[in-house]
Amino acid sequence: MASIKIRTKRLEGKTQIRILIAHPMEHGRNKDKQTGQLIPAHFIKELTVKHNDTLIINSDMGGSVAKDPYFAFMLNGGIEGDKITVSWADSLGKTDTVDAKIT
Amino acid sequence: MPSNRRTFIKQSLVAGAYASLISNGLFKSTKTQAAWIAENFSPATLTDTLQKIYRNAEIIDSEAIALKLPRVAENGAVVPVTVTSSLPNVNEITLFVAKNPTPLSISFKLSPVMDAFVSTRIKMAETCNVIAVVNSEGKLYKARKEVTVTIGGCGG
Repeated sequence: MASIKIRTKRLEGKTQIRILIAHPMEHGRNKDKQTGQLIPAHFIKELTVKHNDTLIINSDMGGSVAKDPYFAFMLNGGIEGDKITVSWADSLGKTDTVDAKIT
Repeated sequence: MPSNRRTFIKQSLVAGAYASLISNGLFKSTKTQAAWIAENFSPATLTDTLQKIYRNAEIIDSEAIALKLPRVAENGAVVPVTVTSSLPNVNEITLFVAKNPTPLSISFKLSPVMDAFVSTRIKMAETCNVIAVVNSEGKLYKARKEVTVTIGGCGG
């Protein structure tokens, strides 16, 4: 299931890229309110963004990024139909990748 | 081809030095990258984390970094933050939250086609400073801003 939503917007020769990922981002110190057990850490560690298969952003993160992380970046350039690829990898080894076209 | 044994040894030493530079620097292999993440995203104090990541490199306070954050965050679990900078050739933007159990929050490596602009949402445990460190042409610059947190974002 795709967990990534990508929105692009062209602004005066630049492209704004906005990314929303559905992910719990648990850092491992929260307790389950019902059972009182610690919720195991489960967070995205690495995010990559590609523009026409060229790496433009590589980000490392910890559990202190908010749940369902949101990111916005500004690409200098980019034309309609260009491909934007967003991938993430989390602390449990899960990954996801989604492609979008600049509109 | 090396003309004799001595120059051969010299050359292999030089090659070895380059190889270690490469492995320590930009071209980290996946394994060392994973180790870097494990080490730096572990609980520590801000000073220790900064020391670990930047060694003793000088970090200059800069007016050219705009750190946009709410003055008061009602919910520490979701604090919107935007960093922009007018510094030239910014290739890395890193965010630290001074009093979080894990001060290093997120680090962005930007390719030259990207503007020095990132926006995201972070968690904050309590009222403290948020620090943005920007790498521009190999030099480090920082900006900080205090955010008052009404409800901490790290408790259950």
